Amino acid sequence: MGALGTHESITADHKLGFFRRYIFSLDHKVIGVQYILTAMVMAIVGGLLSMLIRLQLAWPSHQWPWLGQVIPTGMEGGVMKPEFYLSLVTMHGTIMVFFLLTAVLAGGFGNFIIPLQIGARDMAFPFLNALSYWTFFLSCLAILSAFFVVGGAPLGGWTAYAPLSALPQTGPGQGMGMTMWIVAIGLFVFSSLFGALNYITTILNLRTKGMSMMRLPLTTWSLLITAILGLLAFPVLLGAAILLFFDRSGGTSFFIPGGLTVGEKLVSHAGGHPLLWQHLFWFFGHPEVYIVILPAMGIVSDILSTFSRKPIFSYKTMVLSMSSIGVLSFIVWGHHMFVSGMNPLLGSAFALTTLAIAVPSAIKTFNWLFTLWGARIRFTAAMLFSIGFVSLFVSGGLSGIFLGNSAVDIHLHDTYFVVAHFHLIMAVAPVFAMFAGLYYWFPKMFGRMMNETLGKLHFWGSLIGVYCVFFTMHVIGMAGHIRRTYDPYQYEFLKHLQPANIFITKAAFILGAVQLLFLINFWWSLFKGKKATDNPWRANSLEWTTSTPPPHGNWEGEIPTVCRWPYDYSAPGVKEDFALQSEPLPAAPSGK
Amino acid sequence: MRDSDGNRAAGFIEAGFLALLLVILIAAALWLFFQRVWWFPELASARSLAVDRLFELTLLITGIAFVMVHGALAFFIVRFRDRGTGRALFWHDSHALEISWSVVTLVILTVLVFMGQRVWSDVYFSKAPDNAVLVEVTGEQFMWHARYPGSDGAFGATDPKLITNTNILGLDKRDPAARDDVVVDNTLHLPVNRPARIRLRAKDVIHSFYLPHFRTKQDAVPGMTIEIWIVPSREGQFEIVCAELCGLGHYRMKAMLTVESQEAYDKWLKEQAG
Repeated sequence: MGALGTHESITADHKLGFFRRYIFSLDHKVIGVQYILTAMVMAIVGGLLSMLIRLQLAWPSHQWPWLGQVIPTGMEGGVMKPEFYLSLVTMHGTIMVFFLLTAVLAGGFGNFIIPLQIGARDMAFPFLNALSYWTFFLSCLAILSAFFVVGGAPLGGWTAYAPLSALPQTGPGQGMGMTMWIVAIGLFVFSSLFGALNYITTILNLRTKGMSMMRLPLTTWSLLITAILGLLAFPVLLGAAILLFFDRSGGTSFFIPGGLTVGEKLVSHAGGHPLLWQHLFWFFGHPEVYIVILPAMGIVSDILSTFSRKPIFSYKTMVLSMSSIGVLSFIVWGHHMFVSGMNPLLGSAFALTTLAIAVPSAIKTFNWLFTLWGARIRFTAAMLFSIGFVSLFVSGGLSGIFLGNSAVDIHLHDTYFVVAHFHLIMAVAPVFAMFAGLYYWFPKMFGRMMNETLGKLHFWGSLIGVYCVFFTMHVIGMAGHIRRTYDPYQYEFLKHLQPANIFITKAAFILGAVQLLFLINFWWSLFKGKKATDNPWRANSLEWTTSTPPPHGNWEGEIPTVCRWPYDYSAPGVKEDFALQSEPLPAAPSGK
Repeated sequence: MRDSDGNRAAGFIEAGFLALLLVILIAAALWLFFQRVWWFPELASARSLAVDRLFELTLLITGIAFVMVHGALAFFIVRFRDRGTGRALFWHDSHALEISWSVVTLVILTVLVFMGQRVWSDVYFSKAPDNAVLVEVTGEQFMWHARYPGSDGAFGATDPKLITNTNILGLDKRDPAARDDVVVDNTLHLPVNRPARIRLRAKDVIHSFYLPHFRTKQDAVPGMTIEIWIVPSREGQFEIVCAELCGLGHYRMKAMLTVESQEAYDKWLKEQAG
């Protein structure tokens, strides 16, 4: 155990000043909250970018003089420039995938929850943990600075396909803006690797007495698998980013073939291959999808079980299916490249592996559904968002069946069908899980309850808004509406889709506005919320055995010993409808 | 506990409302997919009918799954809401259930993917018939160039060093085969009901040659020559879309495909050569 393991060092830390306690803290709980608050700022930026994207798609040639004053370079005279539009698309994707989803689910919840759920005083390497957050913080600054450098933010999409990303002369934003993107991604990878190493070591080594692996709550299980995926996938992204950097600044040609001409000028590179970038990027990129969705699955599993007052259905299968999703996630990347010019035989192979990964995902869905069977469901905001997650995961998963089938993907590839699909399944569904987790653990984080009424309003608005936006997007995708387009109505065959786009935009604005309810609730509850008890949801896992909020070192006295699995809800032989993991088993054993 | 009493009182309204919402969701989804106001562009390639059929079958199957899962969710929410009495069922394992839904999922997906692979292999592994027209399409920021081999039926040599404003593809005129090559910008003509082999290239960055009415899409990758083949099955004008983000003018990188009778096509080609 680290330096924080002994009682002396815990009390010694209490005397630390404000900066050491809340800013440069080594406490995993503070670091987790730092991740969440930083990501909240990034989410506001990323969300506003998407509002601008929607504005343009609904009314492409419209003039918005007030916007011209707010964003004088990108919207000169109030009309959006094409390069600005594309930089919005690029930055929205990058910020949301890395700096919101990955940061909150792995960085935020991972840090806050893991030691509390396994019964540890802190992470295995507290300093590495702090370093992880501060590297992440630097990477946030780096990505945001891309807006303010010469040429503006990059315009090549969050996937940064080469040679567009490798040749600065291919467009504004592909110069300094693209370089800042590479720097930001590089820093982010380091931050994620520090976190992943820490999580794996902590979960494997610092579990309290009695906490066997098969007694871990699914949230912790999912974070362990996520950390392993991150440890294996992120270095590949880092490698690719470094090669890209060399291609741009070092005269190498990893991704640039010979004989290219940009604007009739011959490019001096030769010998590289554009598809190499795509293979490297998606070898990281597909596990990344699961890095985001697995913690969401874990969080939702725990919350569904708590508010159903029932054990999660088929715990072992849940662990097994998350593990197999983890393994399979490394051999499906080619389904992003069906029409890329990759050997079509590989397309067939990747269609088959994609089929395989759909099975454990479907199994998990049925398990969630049957967790509700015979339940006594309590509709808290956390529960509503978890149910919403299941619905969105089902809808997004089903539309994935179209795209995973290479033949159907030919028409749908790079259309709004894809945009709708991945938003549902790996953007909005995880965000729902995130909200569920925040409503659920807020009392443990800050010692106060969030307002349930506001939370529920937030849920209703979000669910309705999300479906209005993304269901409609599926349909316009079928009609051939391509993504990343500044003005779809340049094409005759897309002109009739404008009413659909206007509808989506209006729904998106409402959806965006509804998120204000969450922000208000969060900040109001932080200071004025009702004081929380130690275990307000009558839940089982270890974080609910300590005081609210937990002290530095997590438990005042001894760390509790674990006597049972975390899902003894309504177990026979127990008087209450829950039993903390630390509660000794009765003479006749129940559950696990 | 006070907290849970509050929950119980509100439980009925919330369960009912959420269930209602899910039912509305099912209805809206069905309406959206059945009314067909926004739907696939009208098909212009008989060969791609299989793609549409497969899409429709997938839509039917996923549609049934969608309605069933959401219907069950709505039912469970109402049926198993906390009414303040009794305890939840302590039931958390059923091998029979798990095996059955795994097998059903696996079988349905396997059937779909194997049907898909038949279509996929027809698109990518079948050889174009011998009477096919040959045309090369090259993408660059932000236009498409079509090159026809001319009367000799062979494309002439090109060299990127020769590329200028007027020699946009860098045709090497020392090569006799290059002299009769016909190059047109943002225009493609093809005869109806005759197969066409399309050779895709790119000069600068990745573009994607997308014919929505043909359900055809193929990236044009710099450094690679990728050949696909299509059979236009009705006359008309069809837009060619760039589907891969290629820079700030990506949105206006469009061209027009004209499908016409063999005579009209021959006449047009002769005019271009002249």
